[in-house]
Amino acid sequence: MSLMKHLLGASAALALSAVAALAEPAIIYDLGGKNDKSFNEAAFNGAEKWAKETGGTYKELEMQNEAQREQALRQLAEAGANPIVMTGFAFGDVLNTVAPDYPDTKFAIIDMVVDQPNVKSVVFTEEQGSYLAGVMAGMASKTNTVGFIGGMDIPLIRRFGCGYAQGVKSVKPDAKVILNMTGTDPSAWNNPVKGAEIAKSQQSQGADVIYAAAGGTGVGVLQAAADMNILSIGVDSNQNYMHPGQVLTSMVKRVDNAVYEAFKEGADLKPGVNVMDLKAGGVDVAMDDNNAKLVTADMSAAVTAAADKIKSGDLKVHDYMSDNTCPAGTF
Amino acid sequence: MTKLPRWADVVLVPLICLVIAFVFCGILIAAIGQSPLQAIWIMLEGSFGSTNGLGYTLFYATNFIFTGLAVSIAFQASLFNIGGEGQATLGGLGVTLACLMVPWPHWSLALLGSIVAGAAFGAAWGFLPAWLQAKRGSHIVITTMMFNFIAYALMNYVLVNMLRPLGSMDPASARFDKVVNLPKLGDILGLVGIPFSNKNPANISFLIAVALAVGVWALMWHTRLGYALRAFGKQEKAALYAGIDPVRITIYALLLSGGISGLMAVNAVQGGAHRLVLNSVEGAGFIGIAVALMGRNHPFGIVVASILFGFLYEGGSQLAMGTTIPREVITVLQALVILFTGALPYMVQKPLEKLFAKRGGK
Repeated sequence: MSLMKHLLGASAALALSAVAALAEPAIIYDLGGKNDKSFNEAAFNGAEKWAKETGGTYKELEMQNEAQREQALRQLAEAGANPIVMTGFAFGDVLNTVAPDYPDTKFAIIDMVVDQPNVKSVVFTEEQGSYLAGVMAGMASKTNTVGFIGGMDIPLIRRFGCGYAQGVKSVKPDAKVILNMTGTDPSAWNNPVKGAEIAKSQQSQGADVIYAAAGGTGVGVLQAAADMNILSIGVDSNQNYMHPGQVLTSMVKRVDNAVYEAFKEGADLKPGVNVMDLKAGGVDVAMDDNNAKLVTADMSAAVTAAADKIKSGDLKVHDYMSDNTCPAGTF
Repeated sequence: MTKLPRWADVVLVPLICLVIAFVFCGILIAAIGQSPLQAIWIMLEGSFGSTNGLGYTLFYATNFIFTGLAVSIAFQASLFNIGGEGQATLGGLGVTLACLMVPWPHWSLALLGSIVAGAAFGAAWGFLPAWLQAKRGSHIVITTMMFNFIAYALMNYVLVNMLRPLGSMDPASARFDKVVNLPKLGDILGLVGIPFSNKNPANISFLIAVALAVGVWALMWHTRLGYALRAFGKQEKAALYAGIDPVRITIYALLLSGGISGLMAVNAVQGGAHRLVLNSVEGAGFIGIAVALMGRNHPFGIVVASILFGFLYEGGSQLAMGTTIPREVITVLQALVILFTGALPYMVQKPLEKLFAKRGGK
């Protein structure tokens, strides 16, 4: 009898662990790959943080081609992965058609709103973080001219540029803000050579602080700025360490936190739109030892003041994507 | 020099190439600390083990049948068309315009419309390099290659500035109306009582591709035009003497080749993605060259080689999902098979010829 009990107990435990194993979370990285030093890598770090804290395991997948998007989503859903997190707006269209087929699976998508009952859409208020970066750039500039280099020309990236321009103008109303984009197709995310060329052209127009919101292209911008002895601003991950003392700050976007939270919520993931703003710690400007010498007391006071005003709602940073216009600059 | 028996040339040479390729792949997988046998099993199980996996394999294979046939036609006229990528890209534009601009009442009409548009756009993209080759002597390898880049740039411009729906960030067209969606292979086989998953993009285009392979076979070996194309490819001067117009035949070859490349979009764009994305061809135009070489320019061989490459693509996806082998290594594995089967058959052919000569001499 007791043997029977043991056996039953063991099989029950086995069944339970099988269920637990089935409910593994999964993450899909976009074509940039998980080691892009920027957006996808931040997502990877979030997943790793969750794995370390909970001792759990997760499935991960890097995209190779477009046809795989739908296949990967379906296969992971059918294998019982829950929740399934994906990085990047390019999944939006496919997720919109796949999600209704798997009502019991929860999905989370970063940087895009997908209106389905089992999808959590995580979006960031990049205009707020970029505004703070703009405040710092405006105060650090001696030539009264600053630059912005975006990756692919999409509304999301214009949102970065527009917030930045507003931040600059808030401290130097007569400053010149040069807004450029690297290209119009996805290769613009990974073209450091062109990024460096644009940085040089902006420098020749007088810019002495350049903000890069361009994924892998930004690596070239930061390098060129360091070579020309002018300041740069990094994006997504904290990139201050790349050229210590020459990167003014980085506009960090906590994609890692978004992935970590989604994994932690597990199968109880709350669907709906989740806005990660300055108040929620979703975006910020990075302050560490690498840029401590560049940040004056006035500058950090101004950033804190602006951040407080944004958090309390006294200061509203115009969001480019709300009406596709930018009052502070032209692209 | 003795020639190989035909069965050895058609079956044995590709098979030996394949085995060599798999041995190298196995060494590579073992070198990164994974089990080669398990990897092969995952690839086989994933791409042939379920009707869903098989559907993906056939979906990719359909693309390669079109581009492989396209390359083979030009190749038999001794014209190396490496512009399949660009011609298929333009075909995608044609198919998309046909699907988006016309309010089709039924998928069958939409299919006819997109076949015509895809083939016309693909053929048009093949026409200029053909004309330059025939009239000006600009080498077709260079011009078709250059036209690939022009096609990328054009597609980029059209998608970003014209076809992208308002407010969308993706450089892709709007989704097509559900009416123009092609029937899935699963639905078609279901009609005759064969259970086949329809959660994969395999669609009626596979049947079209197979029918086209038969058509190309008939064209090349049973029509006057096919004879002219092959004669021109074998010996240009003799063909000229026989009254075959080199300008006309060059242009015909490339129009046919480009048109068939363009048809690939019926599968990839209308059948699979239901919208036009920036990189809708994804290298299938180049894979077509390997497919044609491996299939010995014969439609039957091309269909078989296409299924092999479909297996490689789908097996690669399965490897990415089922193991921790990084995707860069998977790309290397695919490249190894292409290298051995597509580019190095002569390495196997010569020793094999010697072997057969020895045996024959005894």
